[in-house]
Amino acid sequence: MIRYSILVFGILATFLIAMFGLTILPKIFIDEGVTEPVYFTPFEVTEGHRVFVREGCIYCHSKQVRPEGFGADFERGWGRASVATDYRNLLPHNLGTMRTGPDLANIGARQPGEDWHYLNLYQPRAINEESIMPPFPWLFEEVGEDARPAHEGLNLPDEYRVPGRKILPDDEARYLVAYLLSLDQQITGVD
Amino acid sequence: MGPKKELRVTDLDRSARYVVLFLIISGIFWLLFGTLLALLASIKMHMPDWLGGFGWLTFGRVRPLHLNTMVYGWASMTGAGVALWILSRLLKTPILLRGYIMVAGLVWNLALLAGSVQILAGSSRGIEWLEFPVSTMVVIVLCVLIMSASVILMIRYRRVKQLYVSVWYILAAFLWFPLLGLVSSLPIFDTPTVQAGMNWWYAHNALGLWFTPIGLAAAYYFIPKVLGRPIYSYGLSLLGFWGLALFYNWNGFHHLIGSPLPTWFVTISIAASVMMVIPVVVVAVNHHMTVVGSFSAVKYSPTLRFVVFAAMSYTFVSLQGSTQALRSVNEVIHFTHFVVAHAHIGMYAFVTMMLFGACYYIIPRITLQEWHSKALIKWHFWLTAIGIVIYAGALQYIGLFQGWDMNNPDVPFTDTVSMTIPYLMARSMSGFLMTAGHLIFAWLVVKMVFRTGEQPDAPLIWEKIRREFAL
Repeated sequence: MIRYSILVFGILATFLIAMFGLTILPKIFIDEGVTEPVYFTPFEVTEGHRVFVREGCIYCHSKQVRPEGFGADFERGWGRASVATDYRNLLPHNLGTMRTGPDLANIGARQPGEDWHYLNLYQPRAINEESIMPPFPWLFEEVGEDARPAHEGLNLPDEYRVPGRKILPDDEARYLVAYLLSLDQQITGVD
Repeated sequence: MGPKKELRVTDLDRSARYVVLFLIISGIFWLLFGTLLALLASIKMHMPDWLGGFGWLTFGRVRPLHLNTMVYGWASMTGAGVALWILSRLLKTPILLRGYIMVAGLVWNLALLAGSVQILAGSSRGIEWLEFPVSTMVVIVLCVLIMSASVILMIRYRRVKQLYVSVWYILAAFLWFPLLGLVSSLPIFDTPTVQAGMNWWYAHNALGLWFTPIGLAAAYYFIPKVLGRPIYSYGLSLLGFWGLALFYNWNGFHHLIGSPLPTWFVTISIAASVMMVIPVVVVAVNHHMTVVGSFSAVKYSPTLRFVVFAAMSYTFVSLQGSTQALRSVNEVIHFTHFVVAHAHIGMYAFVTMMLFGACYYIIPRITLQEWHSKALIKWHFWLTAIGIVIYAGALQYIGLFQGWDMNNPDVPFTDTVSMTIPYLMARSMSGFLMTAGHLIFAWLVVKMVFRTGEQPDAPLIWEKIRREFAL
């Protein structure tokens, strides 16, 4: 029969040792290298990260490129292997575990055009008919055709156009796209 | 203190009645809510524009809320109720701190409600398995902590000498989960990759150190109980328990193979995942040797039918998990639907089916009512069992091809999406089967607990062989 005291001791000891090993030890090893660089992350990017988290993008898009030779991430042009400094210390982390859609660690370099992103966020099927990404129309504003003449509406295919109206990105869409464009491994990290 | 008065089983069950019923029924409410969210999320994956204009119903909010309500609502609340009842029976002690547990259960439900609104409104913490904001999560952990206090007091004031194996698992679960929840809420994980490490240490352990011990405690209790024979081997029970405590704790980083975290941490988790084969096989042998020769009893006992299905799923999903942790396998299945299906075999085919089985045994005993329909119980079993088999089969089959094609740069990425559509539809269909099962289960429980309609006066399903087995 197990003695009660041994049982409690064993339960706590096995937990605490592993907890130290998998949470505190990584902190000791990783934090030093990550906290030193100063990132000067612009306001738009920080806000865009917040929208990215709020809409749950991470449930379909990972943000970690596996090393060359492990999977085909590199061959697909998704960039070099991710390093800890790529994440600009933005929290929560969004390394992700799913690729229903492609990896986004280097999306800013792969799709540098703002308009492409606005279109894809407003109606993904306007860009790729086979996409199963949800639309995010609440990040956009629908206004009359003649309103705000300085701004051109989204260049939507006919089937997604509303006659006499145009679609403009609002602040949150602009922040989110600024964040996506900042995901460019050319800028941060090592090569 | 003189010798303690021997309590009869019926006395224990009567004192457990309100606490256990409250926890189980709360769990069933969250099961139904989580099921609705599951259907929404699943259908949205092949009909992305359906309800596409509502921000609060977007896939990226509905899917995490599905997980959180199932995990912290259904499985945790019902699991806690089942665990407390088993403990009361095994220790021959009434559940202690009952009033406090009722209050904790109430607060827990309110926290889940608040957390649900927070996630749908866009205030998710954004960490998988930990989407409830820290404040909400801490409230839930404190509620569990009150139950932990009850567990410790019950063991302290027990009326038996021996601690049966189920008691070890339940004590461990109620010590591990509050620690897990509190550590994961500490503000010290303030850089992304370190937080990712904490994330998967937590998420894997929520399954391994909270639901798995409760599930195994139920299997260790109900299999011998229903069959009326002792568990096959004490030595194997011991090995299985300490094996789990030693190795499961270290498994989490196998979710981070190929990530920017230092490789040697990941390697430790891969090794520990493979070591998990030992406790899993040991537990499987122990259960199998207990059932062997009486297997036909699953035909008559709804409890045993669900519990045996769940115990077999545990063996399957754990061995699959050890395999998935190998780098060569992980290279293919990581980032695909294969892993989603794997998680559902764990949380559904193992944990949820185990809890269903436990409910079929416990509720008649604490309400002194009988189940209303043996046909509906069978429908419940087959709808959910076939549902999860279709779910797992469809997604794991296509998940393999999704992974192989993702690792073949000549295949356009879009093809790895469109190839999955028919299987995502099959998943939605399996979801409807499971939903029907859940509705039947909820209806049976409601009829029993709220005493609506004509009450049967004898057990329905196990008439034939009740002399042989304590069904």
